[in-house]
Amino acid sequence: MSAASQDNAARTGVIARAAIYAVLILFAVYYLLPLYVMLVNSLKPLEEIRQGNMLALPQQWTIAPWLSAWSTAQIGVQPIGLRPYFINSVLMVVPAVFISTMLGAMNGYVLTKWRFRGDSFVFGMMLLACFIPFQIVLIPSARILGLLDLSGTVSGLILIHAVYGLGFTTLFFRNYYEAFPTELVRAAQIDGASFFQIFRRILLPSSGPIIVVTVIWQFTNIWNDFLFGSSFSSVDSIPLTVALNNLVNSSTGVKEYNVHFAGAILAALPTLVVYIVSGRYFVRGLMAGAVKG
Amino acid sequence: MAFLEIEGLQKKFGAADVLKGITLEIDEGGFLVLVGPSGCGKSTLLNTIAGLESVSAGEIRINGKRVNELHPSQRDIAMVFQSYALYPNMTVAQNIAFGMEIRGVPKPERDKAVAEVAEMLQIKHLLARKPSQLSGGQRQRVAMGRALVRRPQVFLFDEPLSNLDAKLRVDMRTEIKRLHQSMKRTIVYVTHDQIEAMTLASKIAVLKDGVLQQFGSPAEIYNRPANMFVADFMGSPAMNLIPAEIAREGNDTRLKVEQRSGEPLSLALGEAGAALKPGKVVFGIRPEAVTDPDGADRTSRNVVEAPCLIEVVEPAGSDTFAVTNLGGKEAVVRLRADAKVSPGQTAMLAFNLDKAVFFDPETQLRLT
Repeated sequence: MSAASQDNAARTGVIARAAIYAVLILFAVYYLLPLYVMLVNSLKPLEEIRQGNMLALPQQWTIAPWLSAWSTAQIGVQPIGLRPYFINSVLMVVPAVFISTMLGAMNGYVLTKWRFRGDSFVFGMMLLACFIPFQIVLIPSARILGLLDLSGTVSGLILIHAVYGLGFTTLFFRNYYEAFPTELVRAAQIDGASFFQIFRRILLPSSGPIIVVTVIWQFTNIWNDFLFGSSFSSVDSIPLTVALNNLVNSSTGVKEYNVHFAGAILAALPTLVVYIVSGRYFVRGLMAGAVKG
Repeated sequence: MAFLEIEGLQKKFGAADVLKGITLEIDEGGFLVLVGPSGCGKSTLLNTIAGLESVSAGEIRINGKRVNELHPSQRDIAMVFQSYALYPNMTVAQNIAFGMEIRGVPKPERDKAVAEVAEMLQIKHLLARKPSQLSGGQRQRVAMGRALVRRPQVFLFDEPLSNLDAKLRVDMRTEIKRLHQSMKRTIVYVTHDQIEAMTLASKIAVLKDGVLQQFGSPAEIYNRPANMFVADFMGSPAMNLIPAEIAREGNDTRLKVEQRSGEPLSLALGEAGAALKPGKVVFGIRPEAVTDPDGADRTSRNVVEAPCLIEVVEPAGSDTFAVTNLGGKEAVVRLRADAKVSPGQTAMLAFNLDKAVFFDPETQLRLT
């Protein structure tokens, strides 16, 4: 009898599992479908797309749309492809992410380990920055960039993104360091380490997970930003997102859908890479052993 | 002049007075234990000595030099933290060498010092490990190694054993005592465990609510507690504090103690009683000073026997504790392991009145 009921339980287990997998696969296909459509159509000649069937695999495989999107497509008035704008975006994102992450870490360090009168007020104000919509700060930002003589430059965009990201990065690091044992900081003080030595030698090496989180967050946000990019850039500082828009929305000539698909994937690629690469380092338990736990 | 002197130390956090004028001193090579219940300010006091907290008033001197304004790293102190506070990203060797590295000591010298300390604490085989790979006792040793390697003038220990299990705690306690005897350095040690305080200290400071209750040798604290708080806090089982009355009968001073049933006890105090005024007192007597008559201290001059009703008997292996009711309070007495007593029986108990102390019921301070 018990054998029969075990058999039963095992069979329901298999059925339930099959159902779960079926549902999961269905959703995976559903969510991956847009990527699939973009990918196959970016590898087709334009005639095949015009024939209709968007879901079909290419009859004739080609990477010409990718090459075109990268280096020869008409963007605005110039046939230079997305490459220069891709470079603009990299030049903007890397320093902006670095600066906002380091400043956020420093803020978190001060707000948790070097408490001062009114620190929670300062933190509250920085937190508020997370909730201010982009649109509100457009005109003041433009004015400040003008005063600093940074209008229309990559440096100006870096400044705007770094400042705007500071609220979030501070929040991340402050909450992470809140749980960091203060006794470690005290031990380092007794060992004679200075303010920055404690930060660099004790806190930063233990901040791996939160640095990864912050970098993914900041990179994705700044790379994908369109509003600041379109508002504060000029001809030679246009970021990729704005260029992609110019490519896709051009009102002259034939709509080269395959090139548009390739360009859109190019624009999305770096954030995907950042997520996949740094996600691997998203390990927990770096703090284990610091204190009795 | 004492080696470490603390004078009129006050510490305020906003409106809260955490330390209310502490004055202490300890000679070079002494072992000062700060003891008290949670929140009494003992850790804050240690942190002010370390320089991790500023002081609101008063002065701290190490070897005659005022250190109030000195940064922790310049006070020539080392501290062992309750949580050990080992740097998680560094190996044991790097942890121990970190302070020297910051001070710019050359690498060969650092390695030599680390090896010496590792030898002394028997942690040589652990040097390449990360703190996360160590057991609690090993972390404790590394934390001590990090302090020892500095060869400071004063060691500060903040409840270093409270995270260890009971057996390991006793082992490490012995080890700390041995280290102290071999190094002859001054130690300030914070604990809430009165047994640690008694076994380790050359001087004990008992704190409560930021006020120094008593400062003295372990024997003074134990035998002549300054007030009822100290009497109750130090010792396990705690001292019996029994409401009683002093009465003069001719030339004799007698101590009258109510019992739940039968006649009140009337104990002759002998010469010790001469200084006491008649009236209500609190009679303090440690459990081991009340025994079965055969177990009484033969060297004591004033042992008085009296019949008491035994209510509970608790054999503890090495001794047998019995509970009786004196002056309306439960009183614990310590009998020999094989003393023949049973609950409900009235047994003769021997009170060693040499060890008795008397407190004023109002001020709670010790009389005489």
